[in-house]
Amino acid sequence: MSDNPVFDTIQSELDANDVVLFMKGTPVFPQCGFSSMVVQVLSHVGVKFKGIDVLANDDVRNGIKEFSNWPTIPQLYIKGEFVGGCDIIREMYEAGELQETLKAKGVATEAA
Amino acid sequence: MSMAAIIEQKLHAALAPIRLEVEDQSHLHAGHAGAREGGESHFAVLIVAEIFSNSSRLARQRLVNEALREELAGSIHALSIRAVTPEEAGEIS
Repeated sequence: MSDNPVFDTIQSELDANDVVLFMKGTPVFPQCGFSSMVVQVLSHVGVKFKGIDVLANDDVRNGIKEFSNWPTIPQLYIKGEFVGGCDIIREMYEAGELQETLKAKGVATEAA
Repeated sequence: MSMAAIIEQKLHAALAPIRLEVEDQSHLHAGHAGAREGGESHFAVLIVAEIFSNSSRLARQRLVNEALREELAGSIHALSIRAVTPEEAGEIS
């Protein structure tokens, strides 16, 4: 895809965690309303996820946009697959599709 | 030309929407990180277009992002997108 060295870092996070959220701030202290909304949705669904603070690393912040071919943060990955940003996650959650997707991919949720 | 007008023009040209609303929401974010002096940083778009038929949520947003690639790489800090088909919007195409 590219020789950007940060892609390896990103890929290893995706390999090691079922659900990964690239976000601004941390799950406990989100630094942006859009990131905060996705954290709330994930908490509501009861799924364990790894939050990666892109503000802590400029290489990751820029690299993830190129990696996903997606210009904005937050970005949610489930089982290594890019699912979407804030708008998509909210729409999926409201339609019950986020829960279905997690289930279909075999990711455990507390609510399930 | 305002950024909202540029967004409108580019989306019209790229996606032929039958309905398009671009709202500058920058004032809601004034003073927080990413907000620029003079605003024009945060936008919300509602776009109804035939081109979204048979496209996933992801594919729809990619079409919008692609049309605004230059602006998203530049001064737009946040863009909220609602991309629907005429059927979904309850409109007759």
